[in-house]
Amino acid sequence: MDTTAVAQTGTEGKNWGGGNQPLKASYGKLMMWFFITSDALTFSGFLAAYGFSRFKFINEWPIADEVFNHFPFMHGVDAPMYYVALMTFILIFSSVTMVLAVDAGHKMQKNKVVTYMALTILGGAIFLGSQAWEWKNFIKGEYGAVETTSGKILQFVNTEGKRVDLKEFTPVAERTRTTHEAKNGLWYTSEKELMAYDVEDVKSAFKADSNLLVRTMDLNERGEKTVLSREESIKILDQTAKEVVLGANLTQNEYGAPLFADFFFFITGFHGFHVLSGVLLLIIIFFNVLIGTYEKRGSYEMVEKVGLYWHFVDLVWVFVFTFFYLV
Amino acid sequence: MAHDTTHHGGATKRIWQVFGILSLLTIVEVVLGIIKPEFLVYTDFVALSLLNWIFIILTIVKAYYITWAFMHMEHESAGLRRTVVWTGVFLISYLIAILLIEGGYINDVYTNGYITWDF
Repeated sequence: MDTTAVAQTGTEGKNWGGGNQPLKASYGKLMMWFFITSDALTFSGFLAAYGFSRFKFINEWPIADEVFNHFPFMHGVDAPMYYVALMTFILIFSSVTMVLAVDAGHKMQKNKVVTYMALTILGGAIFLGSQAWEWKNFIKGEYGAVETTSGKILQFVNTEGKRVDLKEFTPVAERTRTTHEAKNGLWYTSEKELMAYDVEDVKSAFKADSNLLVRTMDLNERGEKTVLSREESIKILDQTAKEVVLGANLTQNEYGAPLFADFFFFITGFHGFHVLSGVLLLIIIFFNVLIGTYEKRGSYEMVEKVGLYWHFVDLVWVFVFTFFYLV
Repeated sequence: MAHDTTHHGGATKRIWQVFGILSLLTIVEVVLGIIKPEFLVYTDFVALSLLNWIFIILTIVKAYYITWAFMHMEHESAGLRRTVVWTGVFLISYLIAILLIEGGYINDVYTNGYITWDF
């Protein structure tokens, strides 16, 4: 069988000559890097798709500062960015405690690993709670809007250009019936939920109050939403208004393009799912550290591997933060 | 496995240093995002406003620090580093380029085409 053996390759003893570990990383760590690379590509795919849709509707995309402007216990105060900046800090800080845990693991200091991992789990949990709160505000909506026949969104402002709550100037519709659900009456037929507000009421209330104007989705050359004149406002409402939209879901969105809500739910949701998995993994490893598994094993490499995942989640958030809230 | 364990004293210091850098960059981003200086918002450079360029560059700088310092990429072998980083950089650049160009094209069709999308 001498003929099949390669006599010399000229790489013997070198990094890629065989018989050694050229990447100098354990199997587990290497596989974590494989996973992180592929997951990074998944997130890039989502964010690039978000970019695609945004470029497609570049002149009518919602302005993030107007959408995410809530802060806990500061109701009605316009606080763009502050809350999400706080969330970002929490996540970065949990990354710091994680890397401190990994570092303590290298030194085989069990108690320090326990403390830092507990802090990391706490940070992750706070972040998840914050995200849930952010979702709640987004789904609930604030000012309400009217959807037109072509699926555009009309919002309301007063003559000073300040946003006006649709629910404040429109009377609650008098309903003589409730929403028909599939479980009642004729089986398996249902209708869309009846809104508390009727689009006809919006029109008449709008006409009665000369202080109101319509704001469209279109961005002007200064990147601000276009406000129509009083006549144009009445005209566009009369001709195109179709129904009232309160808050956001997967098909309608009071802030503007429904795609914006879809991507928001999908990308922050997928990221939140990663954070949740990360917290669960951290809890498992945390208990393993407590019972001394890695002390017996003589290496805290498992903490390092879950740490890699945790930093990756932070890394993704840095990008989500930029592309959803800043750019 | 346990890579070079010689950087112990400096490791903690490095962590806090990187935390400082990341915090500073985030604060700069948030402050710029709140103030939105006129000059940066309305000056365009290669299809993007200067402000957006700043945001994107700062984000990449933050990504660098997270990967290199927190994920210990700076202590990994060059082979592993290149395997992860170049794969990502090339595929992601391609993906972004093709999708953004196509998105821009569809926007052109919507705005300049013969069919109105707002009826």
